[in-house]
Amino acid sequence: MLTKRIIPCLDIKEGRTVKGVNFVDLRDAGDPVELAKIYSDEGADELVFLDITATVDKRKTLVDLVTRVAKTINIPFTVGGGISTVEDVKVLLNAGADKISINSAAVKRPEVINEMAAEFGSQCIVVAIDTRSVDGVDFVHTHGGRMPTLIKTQGWAKEVAERGAGEILLTSMDHDGTKAGFANDLTSEISSELSIPVIASGGAGNMIHFKDVFTAGKADAALAASIFHFKEIAIPDLKGYLDKEGVSTRV
Amino acid sequence: MEVAVIKYNAGNVQSVLYAMERLGVNATLTDDVEQIKKADKVIFPGQGEAKSAMKYLRERKLDQLIKELKQPFFGICLGQQLLCEYSEENDTECLGIFPIQVKKFPPLDKVPHVGWNNLENLRSPLLEGLDDSAYVYYVHSYYAEVDPKYTIASTHYLEDFSALLHKDNYYAMQAHPEKSSVSGEKILTNFLNL
Repeated sequence: MLTKRIIPCLDIKEGRTVKGVNFVDLRDAGDPVELAKIYSDEGADELVFLDITATVDKRKTLVDLVTRVAKTINIPFTVGGGISTVEDVKVLLNAGADKISINSAAVKRPEVINEMAAEFGSQCIVVAIDTRSVDGVDFVHTHGGRMPTLIKTQGWAKEVAERGAGEILLTSMDHDGTKAGFANDLTSEISSELSIPVIASGGAGNMIHFKDVFTAGKADAALAASIFHFKEIAIPDLKGYLDKEGVSTRV
Repeated sequence: MEVAVIKYNAGNVQSVLYAMERLGVNATLTDDVEQIKKADKVIFPGQGEAKSAMKYLRERKLDQLIKELKQPFFGICLGQQLLCEYSEENDTECLGIFPIQVKKFPPLDKVPHVGWNNLENLRSPLLEGLDDSAYVYYVHSYYAEVDPKYTIASTHYLEDFSALLHKDNYYAMQAHPEKSSVSGEKILTNFLNL
């Protein structure tokens, strides 16, 4: 049976983990590779690395990091942040990334999704969508959710799927950081409409929220950062809970 | 032990090389006929599109070479599909090691099939130490049909399909063992021990 995926997200700046981590058994809390290994050993199904520096001159640091991660862990991982060209994708895939995630670049020039999918296959192209509700209407935002666009989220999700995205990483800016639960209604609406997997992100605060986003939200995978980094929820506990609630995961 | 990983126009072969490195095995990425012939084990990885991959293999006579090899041979992902007879992906004649058709998943649920799914009906020394609680990582839109003669494990997603195949010295797997955590490592180790 195809299982639901649990995906910790690591924010990377200049090759180091930021936003803080609090793992007792970690020698160096800033080293993404060490954290990646712990998550992988604990049963994370995939990892996402989001490079928040993402300037051209910092690329080399990211490529080095991707190589180190790929050598170390035996589960799939996605790299995102500042990727805008086919060449960017090629460098990261060659370094050992399994998938890449694009966001603002796709909004700016949607054809880039077709180009990347044609070159590397849809399976490795994740389109990240940051969405925020404005007067009850969901609009795509770019630049880490800071810049609003006039593009409606549901329509954009459909378009990126048609252009060849393999998965959608849907982050609700309204829910992100609230720890009040995922955006289940919007996630469900998009997941039901599309024929590609949807990864829900933003708002995880407790284990019930994960159950809800997999059932009511119809998400294929759920992503979270701080609750994992600060050990508020341990992945084996979360998977045990989901199993009891009838949501199957890889255990 | 020398392991040759066949170099062709497939994506992300690096992860297979890293997996070998983690298992402490010396693997070389190569399209050199002599080097592939004399390797103890051959891995045929893959991620990409069937038609262009077959064209690439034919142009370099790697198709003939693959059919003639006698040592344990392991096709992964697209590598499994290419070992079959025919793929619906862009109407492609494949290598024909397995007399099996590769089909596209019907649009009844999400396609591609992405994520962790379990192996069923396991029967092969390649799968020693694993049972139907073993999960492996899939990313694919096409699948090899089940053939009781050659299917050594199946997985269910919309249909039962061949998770792993075996015939003579040829083994093949649709999921990515190099990305399938401990289950994948077990399968790779078993292959290296054949």
